Amino acid sequence: MTGIKILVCAKQIPDPEAPMGSAKIDFENKRMDVSALRQVINPYDENAIEAALKIKEESGGEVTVLSLGHNLDSSLLRKALAVGADRLILVEDPRFEDIDTNSIAQALSAAIARIGEFDLVLTGRQAGDWDSGHTGTVLGEMLGIPTINLARSVKTENGHVNVLKIVPGGYEEVRAALPALVTVSNEVGGLRYPSMKMILLSRRRPVETWKGGDLQVTWDDINGRTITELLAPPDLSRKCRFMEGDAPEEKGRNLATILKREFG
Amino acid sequence: MANRCILVCGETRDGILDERTLEMIGAGRELAGKLGVEIAVALLGDDLDGIAEEISFFGADKIYKVVSPSLGTFAPDLWIRALEELCKQIDPQIVLMLHSTTWMDVGPRLAFRLGSETTTDCVGLEIDEKDGLLLKTKPVFGGNALAVFKCEKLPQFVTVRRNVMKPAARLAAQGEIVDFPVNLDPSMLRVESIKTVKEQAVSLEKANVIVAGGRGIGGPEGFKELEDLAESLKQSFDEVMVGCSRPVVDSGWVPADRQIGLSGAMVQPDLYIAVGISGAIQHLVGMARSRTIVAVNTDINSSIFAVADYGVVDDYKRVIPSLKDRWEELCRDGDKDTCLCKANT
Ligand SMILES: Cc1cc2nc3c(=O)[nH]c(=O)nc-3n(C[C@H](O)[C@H](O)[C@H](O)COP(=O)(O)OP(=O)(O)OC[C@H]3O[C@@H](n4cnc5c(N)ncnc54)[C@H](O)[C@@H]3O)c2cc1C
Ligand SMILES: Nc1ncnc2c1ncn2[C@@H]1O[C@H](COP(=O)(O)O)[C@@H](O)[C@H]1O
Repeated sequence: MTGIKILVCAKQIPDPEAPMGSAKIDFENKRMDVSALRQVINPYDENAIEAALKIKEESGGEVTVLSLGHNLDSSLLRKALAVGADRLILVEDPRFEDIDTNSIAQALSAAIARIGEFDLVLTGRQAGDWDSGHTGTVLGEMLGIPTINLARSVKTENGHVNVLKIVPGGYEEVRAALPALVTVSNEVGGLRYPSMKMILLSRRRPVETWKGGDLQVTWDDINGRTITELLAPPDLSRKCRFMEGDAPEEKGRNLATILKREFG
Repeated sequence: MANRCILVCGETRDGILDERTLEMIGAGRELAGKLGVEIAVALLGDDLDGIAEEISFFGADKIYKVVSPSLGTFAPDLWIRALEELCKQIDPQIVLMLHSTTWMDVGPRLAFRLGSETTTDCVGLEIDEKDGLLLKTKPVFGGNALAVFKCEKLPQFVTVRRNVMKPAARLAAQGEIVDFPVNLDPSMLRVESIKTVKEQAVSLEKANVIVAGGRGIGGPEGFKELEDLAESLKQSFDEVMVGCSRPVVDSGWVPADRQIGLSGAMVQPDLYIAVGISGAIQHLVGMARSRTIVAVNTDINSSIFAVADYGVVDDYKRVIPSLKDRWEELCRDGDKDTCLCKANT
């Protein structure tokens, strides 16, 4: 087999690892104010890109990264090209802002229909903005292909995908005929670093930009999130008593004494 | 939608019932009371007699035994299909599932097939008095906010976070056990299971004390220091376990079942010692309900100190061994000190 076509769905989100409180709640408009945060590729989608690149290295193939949204930052997503993806497709439309999970899956499946042929679709297990965690499996259902949730390893062989799927207390080795969809967890490993040369080369590579109107989307099926209220989370903060001492060892000993008093 | 029931999906694996199912029944009973509807439990498997009998005393009006030889082990393709049949038959208004790997695999796809959608990882459920629809509270942005969702499509599907709903209590009255045999065509199974491998999995939820290490530990060797400390603490506590943050799992220093946080275990031990962990929100939501929290970190600006009771700003490599040695010392001349501590509390 001369290499397979892999599509990776990657979402651009406000940095989910920014310090607590930097994402502000706009109570009145029931929206998150994330203007203070930098945008990143969702961490689990970086894992998915890494999984695709590993397959490409081992069995050959072509990796296309697909991102959908409003106000996408092509320089950010170009990172995918710099690490070794072959194609980057951005689908942008104001109508894709703040839409619910099923609508995102709907729009992604329309974008995939436009791409045409594919063998394997990879998504992340969860996006760190709305933490919904099911765009992947619902997309698999819409595409009507075998769907495997939570992979810690993905390999392809003879028209099949072999996955180590995370299950309670261990993992399950499963297999499905291609085309198939797999959602990827962090255990596959972090995304490799691009070389300087690849970064420079990727700047000259084309990025394909599509509009919502380029897709066969049933716009009636595209809905906003139906949020009735956005609330502050419970306050987790406590008053911290810092250990004193001239040396770290002394602080450690002081801590032991205090804990021993508290717990006996 | 007057007489549509609430359906709770039972959490079972390989024929064993997970007691968290009672939390779902507890939540379901409350909602059923408010709506004045029946509550049903669905159990899937190849032989469910024991489990069905057991669960029938917890306040459900009906227990559906969805039985087929091919449902004995978990296969999402078949579980989705079987529940699709049940839902078409009984047409529930609300479907409650545990937020677990099982139901995250089944729920969203099942909901889509039935023309609806799922809200995942909910921590609060209410009924909107105006229209009888479910108000679903879910942490978003890692836990930086709580969003209340309301969807008009029926059935209304939710997965519910463990440990937040009150488990249903046992009653004298028994619910009706109903057989619901399903015919599953093998061709529906599109993902083939080759083998399942059990790892020496730990259950962090049971620990009294957790010593958790983060990226700041620097490598697998560093975790030996934490193991040593855990060993010493066992002189004073029943269950002491070593946990970790996500980057530690990504790097392969520690197996994934040790991960604490949004996508790992949610814990609340008596004592949580966070070492070399910065305190990202996705980690905090998994441990901030611990009784006493200690943080050891070189950076005084780390968020972890904001949720800690005791802090040490220094290199763990020098703090942890002395903490351990001193603990052992104190345990040796224990009596005197124990008296002191009792007087203090
Ligand atoms: C959707 C989603 C889900 C997630 N789920 C989880 C989850 O379940 N669990 C989880 O943990 N994370 C989760 N994360 C990741 C999370 O956002 C953080 O990236 C992660 O918790 C950071 O881990 P850390 O604190 O170990 O590493 P870092 O943030 O890198 O912190 C390392 C810390 O070690 C300190 N340090 C360095 N050297 C020393 C030393 N010698 N002695 C003492 N301290 C030292 C540093 O000061 C620093 O504070 C998730 C993220 C997303 C987007
Ligand atoms: N707008 C998007 N563009 C591309 N991929 C997406 C988008 N939204 C979600 N995904 C994919 O779906 C996965 C799960 O997202 P979610 O269900 O939102 O947690 C992500 O990890 C991505 O792989």
